[in-house]
Amino acid sequence: MARMKFVCDAERCIECNGCVTACKNENEVPWGVNRRRVVTLNDGVPGEKSISVACMHCSDAPCMAVCPVNCFYRTDEGVVLHDKDVCIGCGYCSYACPFGAPQFPAAGTFGVRGKMDKCTFCAGGPEANGSQAEFEKYGRNRLAEGKLPACAEMCSTKALLAGDGDVVADIFRNRVVQRGKGAEVWGWGTAYGSRQAGQKTNGVKS
Amino acid sequence: MRVRVLALIACAVSLLIACGDKPQTMGGSSSDTAAYQGVANSFAAPGWKAGDKANWEQSLKARALYGQNEYSRSAASK
Repeated sequence: MARMKFVCDAERCIECNGCVTACKNENEVPWGVNRRRVVTLNDGVPGEKSISVACMHCSDAPCMAVCPVNCFYRTDEGVVLHDKDVCIGCGYCSYACPFGAPQFPAAGTFGVRGKMDKCTFCAGGPEANGSQAEFEKYGRNRLAEGKLPACAEMCSTKALLAGDGDVVADIFRNRVVQRGKGAEVWGWGTAYGSRQAGQKTNGVKS
Repeated sequence: MRVRVLALIACAVSLLIACGDKPQTMGGSSSDTAAYQGVANSFAAPGWKAGDKANWEQSLKARALYGQNEYSRSAASK
């Protein structure tokens, strides 16, 4: 069973914003809404790092947990999608999401907050795959076309990887082994410490 | 007799009231068609058969590896 995931290689990302542009173009995302954006840490300082961020399609998505009208659903591939016909635009998902993925168009009268919009992993929505109705609400359904998200496929340095979690993890692991660095940015060791099973901590935080 | 008819009508109406009741369950959407079922437009990538899940997964895996892993195409990985 494929489980779709994104990972961004900070050693490769050059902050070109090609992924942002590809996403906006492919899905005809309205003005003021950015499903994907590039975040740069220590901008302007030698050694700055950039990563491309969008919905991470969490396995235990907080947006799904807080939605009062239950408009979210998860596909068999692990992609978190939502139904705009059910969404009431309350914005709870925006507060819950740690990545700032949910976006709200403000094109309505008096700047009224519209239906939530977010990265769909280029998998559309509940309408028929590839239909005009689906495109107008959610953008292209590239997954049903047998393609990967446009942002990752357009990435010039292949910093942004998308696909089955096992596959992208293998690609990233191979890169780290080949170049000898970069693993410290992501992963279990970074999140929870790098102490391996059986090793003593000696009271020092790893 | 008339009272009985009226009572029967009242009873029938009270029983039918439930028919107009709207479901009050949460309206989550889970009616999406699976991605491996393919699309009806002409943008589908060639090389896989719509409706065949294993074939679709294999095709995506190959696409991910070929398109995103240049080490598989360079001498560095050999």
